[in-house]
Amino acid sequence: MEITLAHYLVLSGVLFAIGLIGVMRRKNLLMLFFATEILLNATNIGFAAISHYYNDLTGQMFAFFIIAIAASEVAVGLGLLIVWYKRTGKIDLDIMTSMRG
Amino acid sequence: MEIYLYIALFAPLVGSLFAALFGATPKTMLTGIVASGLLFLSLVSSAILLNYVMMGHTVHVEMMTWIATGDLYIPYGFVVDQVSVVMMMVVTIVSTVVHVYSIGYMDHDKGFNRFFSYLSAFVFSMMVLVMSDNFAGLFIGWEGVGLCSWLLIGFWYHKESATWAANEAFIMNRIADLAMLIGIFIIYWNIGSLQYDVVFAEIANLPMPIITWIGIFLFIGAMGKSAQFPLHTWLADAMEGPTPVSALIHAATMVTAGVYLVVRANPVYDLIPDVGLFIASLGAFVAIFAASMALVNRDMKRIIAYSTLSQLGYMFVAAGLGAYWVALFHLMAHAFFKALLFLGAGNVMHAMHNELDPFKMGGLRKVMKGTFIMMTLASVALAGIYPFAGFFSKDLILEAAFVENHYIIYAVLLFTAGLTAFYSFRLVALIFHGEERYKLFGIHPHEAYKFMLVAMAPLLILAIIAGSFKLSYFELVTNLLPAVEYHIHHPMTYWMITIGTQLFVILAVLLAYKKYASWSSVPDGTSKLENCFCYKLLSNQYYIPKLYEELFSKPYRELSRIAWKQIDLKIVDATVDGIANLIYQTGEKTHTMQNGNLSSMLRWMVIGLVVLLVLAVAFTVGYNAVTMRAM
Repeated sequence: MEITLAHYLVLSGVLFAIGLIGVMRRKNLLMLFFATEILLNATNIGFAAISHYYNDLTGQMFAFFIIAIAASEVAVGLGLLIVWYKRTGKIDLDIMTSMRG
Repeated sequence: MEIYLYIALFAPLVGSLFAALFGATPKTMLTGIVASGLLFLSLVSSAILLNYVMMGHTVHVEMMTWIATGDLYIPYGFVVDQVSVVMMMVVTIVSTVVHVYSIGYMDHDKGFNRFFSYLSAFVFSMMVLVMSDNFAGLFIGWEGVGLCSWLLIGFWYHKESATWAANEAFIMNRIADLAMLIGIFIIYWNIGSLQYDVVFAEIANLPMPIITWIGIFLFIGAMGKSAQFPLHTWLADAMEGPTPVSALIHAATMVTAGVYLVVRANPVYDLIPDVGLFIASLGAFVAIFAASMALVNRDMKRIIAYSTLSQLGYMFVAAGLGAYWVALFHLMAHAFFKALLFLGAGNVMHAMHNELDPFKMGGLRKVMKGTFIMMTLASVALAGIYPFAGFFSKDLILEAAFVENHYIIYAVLLFTAGLTAFYSFRLVALIFHGEERYKLFGIHPHEAYKFMLVAMAPLLILAIIAGSFKLSYFELVTNLLPAVEYHIHHPMTYWMITIGTQLFVILAVLLAYKKYASWSSVPDGTSKLENCFCYKLLSNQYYIPKLYEELFSKPYRELSRIAWKQIDLKIVDATVDGIANLIYQTGEKTHTMQNGNLSSMLRWMVIGLVVLLVLAVAFTVGYNAVTMRAM
């Protein structure tokens, strides 16, 4: 069976859905980061597949940008996570309510 | 000469602004002196202008452009001609006297400075009114005097009755001013200018109905300002204001503005004799109507106010019959003796600690000699007894009515002259003669300040000698007004009429003295006279104020109540409150979203994303569908 663009896009959609559910359901901050990584990479797959399909490198360049941004975002996020862990000993999302309006 | 015009016009304004600087501070003698001094300056300038005009010149200046848009061009133009200079003299003389008098009269009042500010502002507005060279400027002055009248009637604003009277005067005038404004609009619509000289040159070319409408609307405006029936009720209530205000505004100047308007617009009224006849008939009716109310009234100032109303009726008779110069002459003479009468009444009020009922006075001639003499002479002038001012002017009106063959008007005016004499001397007799009934009330009257009496002296002199100006006055104003002379051809008839009138008036005076000079008790509403129908009718002012209350005020109040309770509260307020409530409730319901929990925020974010996606898809599909169909 030949693997077509549609397969990649379905994969991308499925991954995005998994990531989205993860973002909504996870209560652990670390898991939340994983979920966002899945989200970002779902779009990366989409970009790369469409880029290949149209023979246009712009999409793949975007994918690289996203990888770089995701890496730096995780670096910053993990840094904050460690500080938070040191202060409270927990990384549960539900107790992070100091921004409550 | 222009400089004198500007001084005459703007000196009162400067005085007013100067006094206004001290408006909120306690009494400063300086304001009174400066305001009076500036008015005297205005008087001197007016006198110089009078002299200049008498030599046969007129002054016409255009200070600057006021409104210039499209075809409409209205300048700040002022004219000093034979008519306006007479008005200027009357206004400045009376107001100078009243200003000086007020320094004494308002001596103990907290609002001393404020009073002078208003009073000078009034004089400025009045000068604008009489000096303007177009209808728009006249209207500005007209509104200005209305405003100052409102301020001054309600000067003692802590008194409920004073604020009520001020509002009544203002609102009644508003009704009439609307009509006047319509008249001015019609003039502009048909002629395209509001300048007097243009309007009066063109007016004869207009179709008859339009001229008639102009005349009617302008006269309705005059009726309001001059308190003619049926807009007369405000004048008597306006007596709530301080007495110098009554003397200046509600006797000598502002209320005569209506007469001035008719005199000024004489080219219009000359073309419509029917309207003129209506004016004259209304004037005659008001003359007797007001005089009859003055017969029984027990309020000194109201009696004089009704007498003013009655004399305004005389002026309108003259103006309506085309005897414009006679109307203006009576206006002038009346201003002097009526202001004098009011200022005298002010002295009496001061002496009697604001007691207004003449039945509670009596015998005051012993303590108030100066006031007694002045008020008696003013009443003689008002009654029209030879050789005082009132004789010349009032007799001319009677002659005009007689010569023009309006015998009914003549008879009414003649009878009113008798009534005038009667109520004037009823007042004098009750105040100054008879027993000293004030002792019953524990009042110790005293004469007013010397300088107040001295200030009144010029008015006294003018009230006595104003009649002798008749010839020079006639030569002056007939340059501008139609020079109709009223001579009863048969000398026999003339003498019979004149002497007959004099005898009738003197008889009325004697009757008043006989009845009231030895009055000894204070009526308490139980005597037979006070309970008869006529007396009640007259003392309740023909029930007209009550009628207005029932006919206009009460339904209006009811309407306002409905508008408040039903429309404002239930529709307007409810809508506004509803919108506010909706937003408030939405906030109340949705603020739980902002709970600070990252997880639930993310959930909301996802929901938002989904909503936006759905919208985007729906919009794209819809857009495509529409464009497909268009293709």
